[in-house]
Amino acid sequence: MSGSAMDYDVLIIGAGMSGLAAGIRLAYFDKRVCILERHHRVGGLSSYYHRKGYDIDVGLHAMTNYVPKGVRLTPLPKLLRQLKLQPEDFDLRQQRMSVTRFPEKTLRFSNDFNLFVEEVNRNFPNQTDNFQKLVAAIRDYDELALDAKPLSAREVVGSYISDPLLVDMLFCPLMFYGSAQENDIEFGQFVIMFKGIYCEGFARPQIGIRQILDTLVKKYEGHGGTLRLRNGVQSLRVSNGRVEAAVLDSGEVLTAARIISSIGYIETLRLLPDYQPSRFPCDEGQMSLVESVLVLDKEPVELGYDTTITFYNGSERFSYRKPDQLVDVSSGVICCPNNFQLDKPLPEGMIRITNLANYGLWNALNEEEYKARKAVSLEQALEQVVKLIPDFRGSIVYSDVFTPKTIHRFTGHINGAVYGAPNKIKNGATHIENLFICGTDQGFLGIVGSMLSGISMANYHVLQKT
Amino acid sequence: MTASQIRATILEVIGQILPDEDLSKLKGDVRIRDQVEMDSMDFLDIIMELRKRYGIEVPEEDYMKLATLDSAVAYLEPRMAHL
Ligand SMILES: Cc1cc2nc3c(=O)[nH]c(=O)nc-3n(C[C@H](O)[C@H](O)[C@H](O)COP(=O)(O)OP(=O)(O)OC[C@H]3O[C@@H](n4cnc5c(N)ncnc54)[C@H](O)[C@@H]3O)c2cc1C
Repeated sequence: MSGSAMDYDVLIIGAGMSGLAAGIRLAYFDKRVCILERHHRVGGLSSYYHRKGYDIDVGLHAMTNYVPKGVRLTPLPKLLRQLKLQPEDFDLRQQRMSVTRFPEKTLRFSNDFNLFVEEVNRNFPNQTDNFQKLVAAIRDYDELALDAKPLSAREVVGSYISDPLLVDMLFCPLMFYGSAQENDIEFGQFVIMFKGIYCEGFARPQIGIRQILDTLVKKYEGHGGTLRLRNGVQSLRVSNGRVEAAVLDSGEVLTAARIISSIGYIETLRLLPDYQPSRFPCDEGQMSLVESVLVLDKEPVELGYDTTITFYNGSERFSYRKPDQLVDVSSGVICCPNNFQLDKPLPEGMIRITNLANYGLWNALNEEEYKARKAVSLEQALEQVVKLIPDFRGSIVYSDVFTPKTIHRFTGHINGAVYGAPNKIKNGATHIENLFICGTDQGFLGIVGSMLSGISMANYHVLQKT
Repeated sequence: MTASQIRATILEVIGQILPDEDLSKLKGDVRIRDQVEMDSMDFLDIIMELRKRYGIEVPEEDYMKLATLDSAVAYLEPRMAHL
């Protein structure tokens, strides 16, 4: 079939951050492109939902990589330029201050990297030189190279920093916000997260994730891209080593010269006709979360809490791994959307708590147990968290808990793995020459990372090739 | 297009990609990337923008020829003469 006889130049599977960003690039450069999304709403892991009159974001605590206007060569301005967007389009408001709290020590950080350096120096005086050398190595590393070999961040960081407590404290926020691996993280990804969280910083759009999603969809459709919601891809048709068409849940068949999939690597291979797991050894992602969302009748600051994000660990060593029980509340993340430098207050007070969780155990529960265990999980999380921040339990007017099972149901990620499989495919290639992956399993993670992933893969596999 | 129209076009394309950059002092014989803060993605966008607007194909092995403003004009002149 010749290119023009195809329905599209490019089909994109999934309308999450990465799929939408890839779509904008392709549509702007006049490719005939269609994004297929199974859900009735865009966003995937960074979507939103309405419950009892409240608007709740799924996957936004904070966007990383915030830099002031004028900075040009860091990920956020890079992606804005690539998408032909202005900084104002994301309407970002900076954080106030965040902390990493361990039993022995607390490290504060903000969008001014100097504060973090001071905090490290003050808390770990004998690591000052080591930390400086680590930061220099991080600054010199090209984390966006698509041909980089995977390195263990534990090994690299351990070769600079000799105090295991500091290592754990540096890793804690970076793991929670972007590690698909247990107890380690690929060094390139570590660098991305280190720069994005410590050197650059946190921000959120005034109104939350819809600001980003609406902007992306408007841009994409404005350039003539087609977006089809409630149109999942059921399978892919392959002939002579090339993917030819996508078969939708409805049975409709769409042909395309190239297909980019954002749904995950194994998730994509499973759409192929002759998929045999043994031919493609690849570990499944295991790291998933329980997220407890608490709506309050007042602003957390009225209760004496003005921190933006608290990363905490209550055990002796920080352990980032799939728990043996439903949820592990001994470590986690507490995010307060109200505690950004907002223009006007949000409609309600809110606290979000994130804890590591076990998909298999949640998935095995029957409906009644599932409900009951969600309530228990919430109680446990609250009990742990009020040891660290003012007790806000009396102000809760609504609570919702979502689990690894929920994440799996709404995004299709195996095991509800928020950061996908542990081994990433940086160049996005598969064994099929015109089938590519972007997003979570390509390896640039988080909201900013996944947009960059979509952009890079669209550039590399389509725009530079045709 | 004449050489000076082509030069103006290239500057206009760079200006679109980097709207907050002052291009008035750009030297013709020095690498553009040494005078303007841009990355490889921006550089590729110049090439893709030329393709989008004028249908000009620049193969990867010729990218170096667009490194300075003067060399870019020389390279594009025969390719844009008919426009
Ligand atoms: C609770 C939580 C909190 C988070 N907090 C943050 C944060 O504070 N900051 C941050 O930067 N990141 C955060 N993240 C991570 C961030 O949300 C993700 O890294 C990012 O959204 C991934 O985007 P993606 O495009 O790669 O994948 P996805 O969003 O998963 O996109 C894939 C899309 O494909 C669709 N799909 C799946 N199968 C099919 C099919 N067969 N056919 C059609 N469509 C299909 C899915 O519905 C989905 O929309 C959080 C995630 C979660 C879950």
